[in-house]
Amino acid sequence: MSTIASGPGAAGAPGDPGDLPQARRRRGGVVWSIVRSRPQAAIAGNILLVTILVAIFAPFLAPYGPREKVGPPFAPPSAEFPLGLDDGGIDILSLIIYGSRVSLVVGFAAAAVAMLIGGAVGIISGYFGGKTDITLMRITDYFLVIPDVPLMIVIAAIWGRSLTNIIIIIGVIYWTGTARIIRAQVKSVRERVYIRRAQALGASDSRIIFRHVLPQVAPLLVANTVLTVAVAIFAETALAFLGLGDPSLVSWGRMIENAFVSNAISVDAWWAIAPPGIAVAVVILACTLLGTAIEDALNPRLRVGHLSVRRFRLRPVPKDAA
Amino acid sequence: MRGADYFLKRTLFALVTVFVAITLNFIIFRATPGDAVTGLRCQFCTVEFKEQLRAELGLDQSKWEQYWIYLKSLAQGDMGRSFVTREPVVDEVLEPLLNTLPMLALGTAFAIVFGIIAGVVAAWRRGTFLDWGNLSFSLLFYSLPTQWLGLMLLIVFAGTLPAAGISDPFLEFTDPSWWETFVDRLEHMILPAATIGIVLFGEYALIVRSSLLEALSEDYVLTARAKGLRNLAIVWKHAFRASLLPVATLIALSAGYLVAGAILVEAVFSYPGIGLVTYDAVAERDYPVLQGAFLILTLSVVIANYAADLLYFKLDPRIAE
Repeated sequence: MSTIASGPGAAGAPGDPGDLPQARRRRGGVVWSIVRSRPQAAIAGNILLVTILVAIFAPFLAPYGPREKVGPPFAPPSAEFPLGLDDGGIDILSLIIYGSRVSLVVGFAAAAVAMLIGGAVGIISGYFGGKTDITLMRITDYFLVIPDVPLMIVIAAIWGRSLTNIIIIIGVIYWTGTARIIRAQVKSVRERVYIRRAQALGASDSRIIFRHVLPQVAPLLVANTVLTVAVAIFAETALAFLGLGDPSLVSWGRMIENAFVSNAISVDAWWAIAPPGIAVAVVILACTLLGTAIEDALNPRLRVGHLSVRRFRLRPVPKDAA
Repeated sequence: MRGADYFLKRTLFALVTVFVAITLNFIIFRATPGDAVTGLRCQFCTVEFKEQLRAELGLDQSKWEQYWIYLKSLAQGDMGRSFVTREPVVDEVLEPLLNTLPMLALGTAFAIVFGIIAGVVAAWRRGTFLDWGNLSFSLLFYSLPTQWLGLMLLIVFAGTLPAAGISDPFLEFTDPSWWETFVDRLEHMILPAATIGIVLFGEYALIVRSSLLEALSEDYVLTARAKGLRNLAIVWKHAFRASLLPVATLIALSAGYLVAGAILVEAVFSYPGIGLVTYDAVAERDYPVLQGAFLILTLSVVIANYAADLLYFKLDPRIAE
């Protein structure tokens, strides 16, 4: 446990290739043990868990349907409708509960896409080095500089408004931060003695990557994916606000957009605007706390790096390129 | 000559990025299934009009020819004409950009001043209630969706501050002095700038705090303490100056967020800047304008990044090695 707690960041940590199955099981527990040992991570994890449960059991929890007109437009909060009604007379609490489904699906699916691309690019780049590394990192650098939200808007405007499109667009744009962090990690893992030994024994590259490298970088990959979920949910609200959300589905982002478009402000219907924003903020906050807690525990040197993921993402540090 | 080498490398990178952005711009708009005209829906979009548009945009030629024509006209500052107003895109895009810049500058200035103050106080009083409160607020602001914060500010300040536009349309009739015009512009700028400022504030405060904490753990701080310097002198003269390095570059690098924030905030407050142009272009599927706005926004971010690289070198020449 102690070798693992010191994290993959500690270069040259003793590895034991003969003890692999057990070592892997222990490594899988790293994320879990971090979450348990840090109060803010535990709270954040519980918030996420509750949100996921709400999304799964939405039809049982929501008092009304997401399209059901139950009263006059913009009826203020009351005992019957705790969060009031929107412009179509639809219960806002029910919309929040149903909206969690799309928001979470977009968040997690897009983060998974980003994790696959970023993880693959990072591992290939860090493991093989040389020309592959230079080429892939150049591509990453260009992607990093091009502003993400405008690029998303442009692609979404041309591809059309559908859930799948939104997931792919967000995932394809936010892999760069993950790729850079994973690459740096793989570069240090690659130099360790047991990897050298495996190479000397004639293990194939794919075997080394999947059996030795991937388990070492997996916790970091998880941390980054959790942070990317926050970015993806934020991006979904931005896209939805510009009218690029899936028109057939309710999401928190679309609720904010709908309140704006239907002039909730001019009738002072704050209850139509406040709840979806708070819901988004709570989930983003939870993801950020959880992701940074795991990241900090794995590698305290990344403390500033995690902020990069959200907006700056990781900048192409010039000295790194050398 | 490490410095010259570094300078050349970064310049080359910036130029290539611009080229990549231009190419990407072309690919997204021209090489997708169908073309920009196929999906166009408007009142006067007859078949003849679409054919004429295709010819005008050069969509009836091969992709490589189109690419060459695109590059050539771009070099001449020609970005085509708007589908909606039929005006040149350059005019539609550049003037709003000048409206956006002061608004973003105001918001960023707000965030820098308060972010640095909050970050320094939090790091200095690490572990106290002050630090804890500061951290929670910064994290909270950092998690708020920009457009949502703008809407909330709009509700709260609807009566006290102007809620939309860039200037009071009735002011012109009263023959205002330049001071009155200035105050009017500033008033219209406050809410959008504050929205961007608040979200950025959370981010800057967190960065300043962690950067200063790192500096405070360095050996030279211990030396300064051993010399008997007062806390204030240690924090300001030693640690803070050292921690400014990452802060300075990160601020320059928030350009990417500023661009996104501008689009969302200007949509909320109908502030006639480049963000509102983008918003309207998306709503009307006005592809030439969208393409132009995307290019201008990307260029701005590339320039900001380039400036950050040079700034970094100025602050810390070791970077070139």
